[in-house]
Amino acid sequence: MDSASSSLSKGMIDDGNEPHVLAVDDNLIDRKLVEKLLKNSACKVTTAENGLRALELLGLGDDQKNNLKTSGSKVNLIITDYCMPGMTGYDLLKKVKESNVMKEVPVVIMSSENIPTRINKCLEEGAQMFMLKPLKQADVKKLRCQLMA
Amino acid sequence: MEVGQLQRQFVEHTASMFHEGFLDGQFSQLQQLQDESNPDFVVEVVSLFFQDSERLLNELTRALDQKCVDFKKVDAHVHQLKGSSSSIGAQRVKNSCFNFRNFCEEQNTEACFRCLQLVKQEYLLVKNKLETLFRLEQQILAAGGSIPMME
Repeated sequence: MDSASSSLSKGMIDDGNEPHVLAVDDNLIDRKLVEKLLKNSACKVTTAENGLRALELLGLGDDQKNNLKTSGSKVNLIITDYCMPGMTGYDLLKKVKESNVMKEVPVVIMSSENIPTRINKCLEEGAQMFMLKPLKQADVKKLRCQLMA
Repeated sequence: MEVGQLQRQFVEHTASMFHEGFLDGQFSQLQQLQDESNPDFVVEVVSLFFQDSERLLNELTRALDQKCVDFKKVDAHVHQLKGSSSSIGAQRVKNSCFNFRNFCEEQNTEACFRCLQLVKQEYLLVKNKLETLFRLEQQILAAGGSIPMME
């Protein structure tokens, strides 16, 4: 039952259960918004306010006790803001992709700025998708469809 | 006041907020997200926005008041404010942040200070109008009416 051995689609369609999304954003309003958007698209949501907290929840941080895996809630998708103080969304993406356990988990990057070099950098590093903020219901529905295909 | 009148006021007030650019399509997105499982979603998010914005505006006032202004910090705060105002559809607040960031880059204290005054003004305007909107909603519901759907 190691998440590293399960394929992408198997990870997403978890016995008909809702996919579990980890949403990372330093902005309080954006966290609330993305949480509602995801819940409206039938997803289970956990939010984190920075990269370090996200890594902890994924079981990749220094504090191994307080992560989602121990509570039995495997993460199927990570959606993160790019511009965050300290660890950026790009840094978080890299850490996830470097991890043997988490590298199969799709990572989506969000940003309010449409900068092609930034977008390419993230896609090259393995980001599944780039989304422009502010997020709309249609964007999240499309995301859900694409990742459940 | 009877329900019909309140509903008309609500429609007019909402329409003018969009027409005058105080709100944009993103606010409609918020309204569409509200449902039976979360009937106060819009008020909740907007209240968070008010709290967060006031905090940021205080931080900005403090930061620009320093002898040696930390423009990186100022820019970071403006970035946050631009982001949250954009996310709730507070268009004029969002727009007032664009120039602000440019002046941060130029490290122009005077211009930044003027921008801050502008942002504060826009924030207070939209706050006032949104509070009126929510008050009208409450009055309609209290009078047994339903909130009109805006096209």
